[in-house]
Amino acid sequence: MGKQWYTISVYSENHVGLLNRISGIFLKRHINIESLNVSKSEIEGVSKFTIVVFTTEDWTRKIVGQIEKQIEVIKAYYHTDDETIYQESALFKIASHLLFDERQIQNIIKESNAQIVTVNREFFALAKTGRRHEIDEMHDALLPYGIMQFVRSGRIAVTKATMPITEILQEFQEN
Amino acid sequence: METLKAQKKDSKSQKAIRITGAEAIIHCLLAEGVDLIYGYPGGAIMPVYDELYKFQDKLTHILTRHEQGATHAAQGYARVTGRVGVAMATSGPGATNLVTGIADAQIDSTPMVCITGQVTRSLLGSDAFQETDIVGISTPVTKWNYQITKVEEIPEIMAKAFYIARSGRPGPVLVDITKNAQFDELDFVYEKCTKVRSYKPAPKPETGSLEKAAELINSAKKPFIVFGQGVILGEAEAELKAFVEKTGIPAAWTILGLSAMDTDHPLNVGMVGMHGNYGPNMLTNECDVLIAIGMRFDDRVTGDLNTYAKQAKIVHFEIDPAEVNKNVKVDVAVLGNSKETLSEILPLVHENEHKDWKAEFDKMYQIEYDTLINKDIHPTKEGLTMGEVIEQINMASGHKAVMVSDVGQHQMIACRYAKFKQSKSNITSGGLGTMGFGLPAAIGAKMGAMDREVVAIIGDGGYQMTIQELGVIFQHNVPVKIVVLNNDHLGMVRQWQELFFDRRYASTVMTNPDFVKIAEGYHIKSRRVSERADLQEAVQEMMASKDPYFLEVKVEKEDNVFPMIPSGASVSDIRLK
Repeated sequence: MGKQWYTISVYSENHVGLLNRISGIFLKRHINIESLNVSKSEIEGVSKFTIVVFTTEDWTRKIVGQIEKQIEVIKAYYHTDDETIYQESALFKIASHLLFDERQIQNIIKESNAQIVTVNREFFALAKTGRRHEIDEMHDALLPYGIMQFVRSGRIAVTKATMPITEILQEFQEN
Repeated sequence: METLKAQKKDSKSQKAIRITGAEAIIHCLLAEGVDLIYGYPGGAIMPVYDELYKFQDKLTHILTRHEQGATHAAQGYARVTGRVGVAMATSGPGATNLVTGIADAQIDSTPMVCITGQVTRSLLGSDAFQETDIVGISTPVTKWNYQITKVEEIPEIMAKAFYIARSGRPGPVLVDITKNAQFDELDFVYEKCTKVRSYKPAPKPETGSLEKAAELINSAKKPFIVFGQGVILGEAEAELKAFVEKTGIPAAWTILGLSAMDTDHPLNVGMVGMHGNYGPNMLTNECDVLIAIGMRFDDRVTGDLNTYAKQAKIVHFEIDPAEVNKNVKVDVAVLGNSKETLSEILPLVHENEHKDWKAEFDKMYQIEYDTLINKDIHPTKEGLTMGEVIEQINMASGHKAVMVSDVGQHQMIACRYAKFKQSKSNITSGGLGTMGFGLPAAIGAKMGAMDREVVAIIGDGGYQMTIQELGVIFQHNVPVKIVVLNNDHLGMVRQWQELFFDRRYASTVMTNPDFVKIAEGYHIKSRRVSERADLQEAVQEMMASKDPYFLEVKVEKEDNVFPMIPSGASVSDIRLK
């Protein structure tokens, strides 16, 4: 079975030790977490982990099974890239004088649909949201001019299919 | 904590009492029906021990000689009673010494709650004296764990701990309690936990899965059942028996499934796995439908997965969805508690007999008996065999004793030859293979089943890993029968060295002390046997003793356990010699 990108979405209680439990599941199997994001979800009081891995479907399915087994996990799903709408965000910190010295930078900003978040005498900050490769392209374009700082977030994703968490919670409560 | 709040609203209001956290912990234990705990005191758990002193008429604390012993004793107690075992320790080294037992309980699905003291909240993260991150350390080997830093959390968390430990697929839970939470006061009210909103203890079978399973079972020509501890944990022994007898299907067991079905039942065909019986292993690769009940296809059961039961359709009765398709791809999974799923499938399966198919198991048993079993249990050669000791215990106990074994050759021999009429009678470390498990587990087993004989079968290696627990047996006069099968070697490793490492016996030869004198030092009645002529009488004397009894049997030094599936080989490559 071939390896590919999978986005694992975990709905859970907001519990302090859970990240450790979940990351241990990957560690034990030598599967690298390519990206990880934790946020609130569409349901109040329910957290959502978005984890990206590059592995086989078989391993992904087994990992999801182990994650779901954790007491505070309500439900975990996995999806391929085709089944999700996904984005990453990046921030670039660049010296302000370059904006005037290097005309090309303004073109890069326009072409990449990036936003200028702040500008002061020393530096300006650019925010870019998009697919990994789009952020990489922008990064590569800016690199020759000098990037003071760069950071990219983990993937966030929503699925095309429904995730019936409310119903599942209901069912758990009734059991 | 949303769930806990919600539950509180529903419950009837009780009158709160103002007590310390330490006293609250005792009340929680009592409310959960705990009357016996194993542990070891120390700085960070002293407030709780102070309360144990005050409550000693209601709650017995057994001081083991090492915290590992406390966990294994709690496991032995849990396995023989089906109740939650409780172990307690202080912070730091006390807590880390629990880890082996916790890992053992995790892999063998044993309900256990471990309570550890922790340094006071303000010192957390400061590398304080005896501070260790036991929650971090125990995370991969617990079903759940939690650090209590505020006294108010105690009742909710303790209730949740017991509920999680015993429900669904049981397992160990660790609750770490900082010293400030033990000293502080709260208005104590206890509500038992009956649900956790994100946790589903036992799934329901998927629609149609029972029917599909029944169809496969009914149309099978050579069906074969392999059952595991799930039957015992689900208390589904009667349901298993009814299912086996109605369908007439030969049934074999994993090492932890042993005693779930009478070993003398005509359809009980023995043990699967590395040192299991010849027939069930060979015929795994000839059956047309393999019905796995409450077992998890461990590598010691399956051997090489690529050649495991490839010809068969596989039906898996399982409580833990993560076990389905983990090691072996199955055709039908019947999710749920084994007691429920087995009773639900019973009306769907046809009455049947599989005489010709069963005869194949009998034929293979005869081959195994002639080749090795007879020589193991009725030897004519000079040295004593482990098998004949087990056979003598069978005869003296009338198949009624609880057998606790340690890990190694003696364990395999004990499980191969021991006879049982009653469930929850075979207590051994299966998944983790923890040497040192036997002696403390036997203490817990005996204290959990005072009306039954408990015989510990231990090798000379594992015995010395937890030998200090003889102190508990002496102090509390726990009448366990301890049998050390002494071959002056780490026998199982030596066997592998002989077979796979050209007899290079690296660190497997043991120069042993005088075990009888050690037992005598603890004032335990003891005897050594090295001649066959004395064996039967010695075993009878041991079994007749009202007090603890230690019996050392000097067995042949270089005997091997057969049959054997070499590591990584196919079940059908099982070797009889």
